[in-house]
Amino acid sequence: MLPLTTGYFAGYQPMQVLFGLFAAAALTGAILIKDRNLKGMLWEALAVSLILMLGTYLAHNTIVNLANRKIATGFDFLDREARFEISESLIPYSAASTYGRAMLVGFLNTLKVSILGIILATILGVGIGILSLTRNWLVRQLAGGYVHFLRNIPVLLHIFLWYTAITNLLPPLRQALSPVPGIYLSQRGFFYPVPEPATGWTAALYGLIAGVVLAVAATRVARLRQDRTGEILPTGLVAILLVIGVPLIAWLVGGAPTAFSVPALKGFNFEGGTSISPEFFAVFGALSVYTSAYIAENTRAGILAVSRGQIEAGRTLGLSEGVILRQIILPQALRVILPPTTNQYLNLTKNSSLSVAVGYPDLVSISNTTLNQTGQAVECISIIMLVYLATSLATSALMNWYNRSIKVVER
Amino acid sequence: MSAAEHTPAEAASGPIIRIEHLGKWYGRFQALKDVNLAIARKERIVICGPSGSGKSTLIRCINKLEDYQEGTIVVDGVTLDENVKNIEHIRREVGMVFQQFNLFPHLTILQNLTLAPVWVRKMPRKEAEALAMRYLERVQIAEQAGKFPGQLSGGQQQRVAIARSLCMNPKIMLFDEPTSALDPEMIKEVLEVMAGLAREGMTMLVVTHEMGFAREIADRIVFMDKGEIVEQAPPKEFFANPKSERTKLFLSQILGR
Amino acid sequence: MAIEMTGPATMAAPAGAPRDVIGWLRENLFSSPLNSVLTLISFGLIVLVVPPLVRWGILNAVWTGGLERCKAVQGTGACWIFIAEKYRLILFGLYPFKEQWRPLLMTVVLIALLAASMNRAFWRPWLGLAWLLGYLAMGILMWGGIFGLAFEDTDKWGGLPLTLILSVNAIAFSFPLAIALALGRRSDLPVIRMICTGFIELVRGVPLISVLFMASLMIPLFLPAGVDINKLLRAQAGIILFTGAYVAEVIRGGLQALPKGQIEAADSLGLGYWQKTGFVVLPQALSLVIPPMVNSFIATFKDTSLVIIIGLFDLFGSARLAANDPAWRPFYVEGLLFVALIYFVSCFSLARYSRYVERLARQGDQR
Ligand SMILES: Nc1ncnc2c1ncn2[C@@H]1O[C@H](COP(=O)(O)OP(=O)(O)OP(=O)(O)O)[C@@H](O)[C@H]1O
Ligand SMILES: [Mg+2]
Repeated sequence: MLPLTTGYFAGYQPMQVLFGLFAAAALTGAILIKDRNLKGMLWEALAVSLILMLGTYLAHNTIVNLANRKIATGFDFLDREARFEISESLIPYSAASTYGRAMLVGFLNTLKVSILGIILATILGVGIGILSLTRNWLVRQLAGGYVHFLRNIPVLLHIFLWYTAITNLLPPLRQALSPVPGIYLSQRGFFYPVPEPATGWTAALYGLIAGVVLAVAATRVARLRQDRTGEILPTGLVAILLVIGVPLIAWLVGGAPTAFSVPALKGFNFEGGTSISPEFFAVFGALSVYTSAYIAENTRAGILAVSRGQIEAGRTLGLSEGVILRQIILPQALRVILPPTTNQYLNLTKNSSLSVAVGYPDLVSISNTTLNQTGQAVECISIIMLVYLATSLATSALMNWYNRSIKVVER
Repeated sequence: MSAAEHTPAEAASGPIIRIEHLGKWYGRFQALKDVNLAIARKERIVICGPSGSGKSTLIRCINKLEDYQEGTIVVDGVTLDENVKNIEHIRREVGMVFQQFNLFPHLTILQNLTLAPVWVRKMPRKEAEALAMRYLERVQIAEQAGKFPGQLSGGQQQRVAIARSLCMNPKIMLFDEPTSALDPEMIKEVLEVMAGLAREGMTMLVVTHEMGFAREIADRIVFMDKGEIVEQAPPKEFFANPKSERTKLFLSQILGR
Repeated sequence: MAIEMTGPATMAAPAGAPRDVIGWLRENLFSSPLNSVLTLISFGLIVLVVPPLVRWGILNAVWTGGLERCKAVQGTGACWIFIAEKYRLILFGLYPFKEQWRPLLMTVVLIALLAASMNRAFWRPWLGLAWLLGYLAMGILMWGGIFGLAFEDTDKWGGLPLTLILSVNAIAFSFPLAIALALGRRSDLPVIRMICTGFIELVRGVPLISVLFMASLMIPLFLPAGVDINKLLRAQAGIILFTGAYVAEVIRGGLQALPKGQIEAADSLGLGYWQKTGFVVLPQALSLVIPPMVNSFIATFKDTSLVIIIGLFDLFGSARLAANDPAWRPFYVEGLLFVALIYFVSCFSLARYSRYVERLARQGDQR
């Protein structure tokens, strides 16, 4: 027992010695024993005891180190006052709020930039993917160039390029560019008008929701009717009319308010309207454009995966190109496109952690600040990892479920 | 619809398909050279010829799966031109069966059959399904209606493909080597279905190497080589005394004489 | 929208039409109204984007001279003088100026080894030996301390050599880990399978930055008092673990693609697990995954740029360092573009290589 109490081995505790002995015994057994089942179990025992040995060793070191450095452990700090400001937040927050709330602000900012980024990346990616398949030579070259150019530069560099372009190339606040009256572009962000709060706008918002619900319902009804009578109704057109028309009517009924709060330069800042920070815009723009290159490739591959014979079969049956697209190509392409695209969505979400580089207050930036103030590295990093892990696992679970549900239809 | 009414007189009497001076190029390569062919109503034509002779290209031109650069094709009185209405009309009248079946893998057998009646003929679903079941019974796989194509044997898939075309009630059926991808024991079941169709008076254009089938069913055999029609004759004459050397060579190879 | 999936449309030239410019234009750019509109929009985009870029990047740019010339064109033209002035700092970071031939030589050796490894004809045992010797030589070059070379600690390392070191080591050292994880995830032993799956999914579920934070902030806590690992090594360890999980999934893809018959054949020969794995399964699976492995390498090469966040000066980090000089600060974009160009050229050529290997493999299948 002597060497265990001195020198380098000071960290070892009886627990670790015990697991070490287990490991040694399991290894000997696994090598010597011929019975396959028993051998397998011994290999497993070896793996488990090695992991436990390493785990207890690291845990012990950590506890000793933290004690030496007088760093607190546990998650109590989440209830303490954060004492730092956050530049943008979706929920009320001030320096007097707790660390816990600060982290929540960060998480919501992460979600905001990820969700908006995913939407834009999908629109761009699917569009470019389809364009890369047209017969038009010029368009194909441009689409190909877009994909190659974006994919081969690190995403962090993209973020910095966007950020630098905004902060270096745009004029300072007081000389902000105004491409359209009411919209100002400057180093300090983009400023644009928003409607003044009025019943008409609220009504329009509810109208939009109602329009979407009605559009879905109308499509369903049209389907049922088609099943019954065979008549094909212009569902797409009706849906678009509903989604646009209902909020429009609601707005008119609500008094057709036209008052906008327009940003105007007052002293050192703009008043009125609302703004997008350069940090958010850099992260949002860079992530969505970067990810769209990958989604474009997925889309292209998915559509190419539908064999030519499928389209020809549709044509010989006399189906119109629109029906072939909706009933034959898309359902088949989607099952090829979806899994890798889910991965890209997760990548985008994970890459939003690079916000810390330009100071957009996402979960990682705020955890990082918290870490620097409290010194509680283990807790802060664990929170980051757990939140991302939970988000990733939840998304993949959802997507796996969806993939399986469309698989069942196929086979 | 409107296209069909253009030339009712010809539609009633003359050939149902008229191909004149058809020429087709792939880049610089000429795949079809001055092809002329008239097919009467209820006529059964078998097209044969060595690989690469342009058989597929010819029948794919008839429903405009391939563009052609010279000549004209008139199907049931409608000229096949760039007019989308005409193309769609002809495609509705002409069914086609491929070597690789080309069933829609994401749809059940029943859905494969009802897709076109529902979206093209605007048939109520119930009616379309009843129609589909009738044709599935006819090709003797009604019990498979709920399955997916991947779960069927090749022969079954090809019979489904035939039934799928028949659901559109076509006036003409094109077959491009429908049995070439099948194992020998499945060839028979598909040929039987085709023979049944022939007996009922369907106008058929069949590209095949099944000479037994040709002898039994065909009214006329068309022999192609290097993008040209080399010779055409009723089966008896075609097999008994082929005129050109190329035909003789081909027959000796394929019949193993 | 018409569904056009014929790919390059060059096949369908009209009858006997000569392949002249007009014919080509009509076929490829103006074959339908929609196509013509697309062409015009693309053309408009090009006209909108290219001339200002050319004006900024070439026509109005300054290439030689001093800071004053840059100040003069600031905002209207690019200041490539910044690159000329700072390229040594950007490429080699804080490595002592006079000694920078050492990282340069190291980079040359590394790239030569990489290039040799890309040629299938060189996949012989001596290549392994060459790598070993190469590593030794590269270590001596970078650290020095013998043969009269001054000792340079890792905190001086930076620039392109650092980026290369991080990414090549990441792939090389994560490889054995990845094989173990991939085999473990497909193992018959439930506990092993769980451990490997858990590790892979854990790592793939979190961003690299959190792994790097862990490496830089938590590893010191994990070690007994008095034991210290330097920052570069810690970051490298983090990148290796991270890469390992991704490469493991690539290898698992190869294992899954292996026909069942191969394993059954090995079983019927009476081979044990390790023999079967070593002689039959792995060699085939690994050769299947070479193209996706190259893609992982590209991803890692790009990912190493994140070490800037924990304070290492890789290629990108040293470009930032160069722009820290207040006088040159406004010309940071030029520096970023220079770095972007280096990344682009490297990644693009690697991607081309991976496509080439893929094609070779496909041709091999057809035989
Ligand atoms: N898309 C294409 N591009 C270029 N050439 C083609 C294309 N499709 C067919 N061809 C050429 O046209 C010629 C005729 O082809 P086709 O498929 O009609 O022959 P086939 O008689 O059906 O042969 P098989 O019995 O092998 O099916 C062949 O020489 C072929 O190489
Ligand atoms: Mg053919």
